[in-house]
Amino acid sequence: MLEAIYLDGTEDTPKIVLDKGNNLFEISGRSLPEDAAEFYQPILDWLDKYQGQENSKTNFMFKLEYFNTASSKLILDILSKLEEIEGASVTWFYHEDDEDMEEAGEEFSELVDIPFDFKTY
Amino acid sequence: MKYIYDLHKTMLNQNLILVYEGEFTQEITKSVLAMAERNMDSFGEEGAVKRKVFNIMVECLQNITKHAVSYDSDSYGKNSAIFMIGKQKDEYVITSGNSILSEDVESMIKRLENINSLNKDQLKELYKEIIKRPGEGPAGLSPKGGAGLGFVDMARKSGNKLGFSFEKINDKLSFFSLKTTISRQIVKE
Repeated sequence: MLEAIYLDGTEDTPKIVLDKGNNLFEISGRSLPEDAAEFYQPILDWLDKYQGQENSKTNFMFKLEYFNTASSKLILDILSKLEEIEGASVTWFYHEDDEDMEEAGEEFSELVDIPFDFKTY
Repeated sequence: MKYIYDLHKTMLNQNLILVYEGEFTQEITKSVLAMAERNMDSFGEEGAVKRKVFNIMVECLQNITKHAVSYDSDSYGKNSAIFMIGKQKDEYVITSGNSILSEDVESMIKRLENINSLNKDQLKELYKEIIKRPGEGPAGLSPKGGAGLGFVDMARKSGNKLGFSFEKINDKLSFFSLKTTISRQIVKE
């Protein structure tokens, strides 16, 4: 059984939920770690293991308040992994007056071949 | 001790709400961000403006943490640099200054001039091109852990040209000043 990852958010790292058993996949909050590659490596590794034993549907929720440009590259890496996962989709949340976050989601959706659903909060 | 009064007057005249001079680390970045956030909250700045200022501050501060070159580390410490936020009636002005290797000046001028020559759509294309390009460091980032997107992102989020200048410190080092302006009137499209 693939062990779930639950990480609480901090002032510079997002909350992470990767839980196959409960079918929950979430990144939310602020992502401005000093070392984005180090922070996101366990998440990419988990997705590698998840691929091949994926649930029939994998809806990945992104609900980010801020992310730095180093994180944006890693978010694209996560999305590229999801592209390889059968039945994967993304729900991209953005604050209703946050046009930059809406646009960021649109750009990611143009860079990968996964269904994106946009929601405001 | 007149310099204290002079400095105080300069800060008032330039409408500087925050000035930090010294070493830059992730911990200091977090503290500076928290102070600026509290300051903007204290007079109820609009959420959309606040987010833009915050984003540009993050890129600016992490640029310094990642790229500033130390000089005279005995007296100034590592990554000694300056970071300021000014608040005018209609805009925020985020400025930073740090030393870099003189040999990098020419390529930085090229990059910044290129960014300033692009319109909104062209900046978006440049962003997408860079984000797809693998770097030589871990996870496709640069060896210093950056995405190479900082300046492009600052130009996009601010919607304004980036101001920059370089002063010679000595044969090896130059002082790089960067200025980003963010309108307090967000234009809805």
